[in-house]
Amino acid sequence: MFKILQKTLSTGIVTVNYPASPAKISERFRGRPSFDFDKWKDARPAAEACPTGAISLSDEGDSRKVTVDYSLCVFCGLCADASSDQGVRITQEFALATSDRRSLVITAEYTLNADRTHRRLHKVDRQLVNAETDLESLGQKARETIQKILGRSLAIREVDAGSCNGCELEIVALNNPVHDIERFGIQFVASPRHADMLLVTGPVTRNMELALLKTYRAMAEPKIVVAVGACGISGGIFGENYASLGGVDKVLPVDVYIPGCPPRPQALLHGILLVVGRLAEKLHDERVG
Amino acid sequence: MFEALRQKFGRQVQSMRADREDEIYLLLGGPDIRPITEHLCGEFGARLVMVFAEDRRAIEGVFFNYYVFEQKGSAQYLIVRAPVRADSLEFPSVSADLPSVNWQEREIQDWFGLKAVGHPNPRRVALHDNWPDVYPLRKDFPLKTVLPPFEGERHIYRPALGEGVFQVPVGPVHAGIIEPGHFNFAVAGEPILYLQLRMFYTHKGTEKLFEKLPTHKAVFLAESISGDSSFSHGTAFCQAIERAAGMEVPLRGLVMRTVLLELERICNHVGDIGAIANDVGFVIANAHASRLKETMVTLNEQLTGSRLLRGMVCVGGVRRGWNQAQLDTLRTAVDSFEQEFRGLISLIDSSESTRDRLEQTGILRPDKARDLGIVGVGGRASGVDLDVRRDHPYAAYSRYSFRVPAYQAGDVWHRMQVRLDEVNESIGIIRKAMDESLQGEFRVPVPAIPSDRCALSAVEGWRGEIIHWIRTGPDNHLQRCKIKDPSLNNWPALVEAVQGNIIADFPVINKSFNLSYSGTDR
Repeated sequence: MFKILQKTLSTGIVTVNYPASPAKISERFRGRPSFDFDKWKDARPAAEACPTGAISLSDEGDSRKVTVDYSLCVFCGLCADASSDQGVRITQEFALATSDRRSLVITAEYTLNADRTHRRLHKVDRQLVNAETDLESLGQKARETIQKILGRSLAIREVDAGSCNGCELEIVALNNPVHDIERFGIQFVASPRHADMLLVTGPVTRNMELALLKTYRAMAEPKIVVAVGACGISGGIFGENYASLGGVDKVLPVDVYIPGCPPRPQALLHGILLVVGRLAEKLHDERVG
Repeated sequence: MFEALRQKFGRQVQSMRADREDEIYLLLGGPDIRPITEHLCGEFGARLVMVFAEDRRAIEGVFFNYYVFEQKGSAQYLIVRAPVRADSLEFPSVSADLPSVNWQEREIQDWFGLKAVGHPNPRRVALHDNWPDVYPLRKDFPLKTVLPPFEGERHIYRPALGEGVFQVPVGPVHAGIIEPGHFNFAVAGEPILYLQLRMFYTHKGTEKLFEKLPTHKAVFLAESISGDSSFSHGTAFCQAIERAAGMEVPLRGLVMRTVLLELERICNHVGDIGAIANDVGFVIANAHASRLKETMVTLNEQLTGSRLLRGMVCVGGVRRGWNQAQLDTLRTAVDSFEQEFRGLISLIDSSESTRDRLEQTGILRPDKARDLGIVGVGGRASGVDLDVRRDHPYAAYSRYSFRVPAYQAGDVWHRMQVRLDEVNESIGIIRKAMDESLQGEFRVPVPAIPSDRCALSAVEGWRGEIIHWIRTGPDNHLQRCKIKDPSLNNWPALVEAVQGNIIADFPVINKSFNLSYSGTDR
């Protein structure tokens, strides 16, 4: 007993203060690849290297449309390695959660030189918004909203609908003393009946489809669905095949998407806090409607 | 050896070739492997490591089954290739004598439509019962096939009858944050009489998908076979390609791989030690363990850019070298981890009640472990003294001495002890690796990989023996990629270990094996 107490006291407080203060992450961390479309002279090497097809090209005559889809990105950094120009750069951005999957897609149109490199950039269609809410105040807001509508607690039911277990490792890490998600009044629960939020990792396999649906149906309204990781959003590297249905929104209505492979704990936390705002909206709609 | 086998089995053995020094192929004239298994496993004490199939109808007119053997004290793998006729589709089962391949033979039935004649339990394992009759790994089955909605029962469980006997179904969605699988317990009061497993809920067509991806992209698929073993599976895959292409990875790359493989082991073992303590109510030990794990995962990121060590291994070596600052970080982190880890263990050792709950709980007897072909942590705690790092050295392991812990008791406590010992050994291996000169090339360019080369690659992941077997194809693609995660061998161990234990101890027994669902299901 004394030993336990001594150990606890000598360890002290290890919990980080994210999101109130910025996340301390290694400069080696590979976050969102950023594209400087003006400087990007050739998209082919990056598209060729990308293991999941997150960067795709369609050429027609002397014009090229480049599509960057962050919902497929596994943050491997091969696109930046493969590009010899200044077009692709790996950033440390990780807070990429969004309620609109379309905002994860950027397209750019180029006219091409004879050697198929880019001559001129025509237009960039970009909806990517980094954080829909001011990150600093997100934690505070979440706490207030949870307190108001849920009486101090947001209950999450996690379902692995077919993942490789990578996302689960990071979700479990949310509960360690360093990330300690319970400081926000957020907890993981055993039963969907107790849950306000369904946190789903994917891809959704044919064999998990029914279990996922049943879990969702067992939850009380209002309920929120969050799709986690490249596979949860789009099927990721597995995509759609005889055994995999692809992303969670093939089966359930999804409120928030959290990109990553897997998303780091802070990225998950950012997404979950984002949801709390959405939950307030849903509750409001229900009362009005 | 070939002459000895030929004399004994006559024309049955057609030819023998050594693709590599440690990888010998033996071609049989027919599908009957039984005399060979009897001879090798009986007289020579060889171990049947794995069984898998390949659809070669388009090229050779038949299917092939592959039986991989190893023998104690030899670094060689003997791979027996036995044709299965495309008209009869039948091959004789060896599962009755060698239960370690029970699931693997059934996988061949499910995925290739071959029939294991004489199998003691020929029901489906890899496809659920409600699937139509499809054979996904046949070449004429397209990856993107859209199957109709499933109907009927997913699995018929054997009834458990008797006064006061109940069946308790659990899963596939579990109470905690873990992977999906279904457990059906038959209990009489609290003790478990019998456990039935229904796995493969996360089957996502991985082996088939490997045949469609160019190899440099497939490395990332290998990293997604089982998330907690990303680096081990990634390395096993890259090694297979390197062996097929006849590439030599530079020493610096091999040493870095070794360090990262051991870091993966440390992260998972320390997490498991905490989780085992947690499952018997010692929550504070888990808090410290998960804090320690977080510091090591953070180190992973500093060394590779990924907390799960992803995107680091590549065909030909590793993608990036380490600078002096990173090496200093590694050294400091390992030193402070060692000290903290010692503190964690002394904390657990100080708790009599924890020890009391873990000793004699979930015993897997050594004879059962050997018969079922249990590998890795679960095997070593029950006297199965196997370790790929020592028995078939890869990466830089032959350069370092280390101890392979093995116990006979086979209970949860000793599965924890194996992890504890291995963490200490891993620290030693990392230190020795860091004493090497980490200068020079860490990767070599990938040459054009010739088509139709076969290669077997083995890695001791933190769970146990991981094996990848490939056949290369044209244009940097694969014709076949067989993945064997140690979990596939080890699930039946859980069935044995829980018998007679109370159902409330199931979580800690399960945790003490900590098998991968995704690695099993693929």
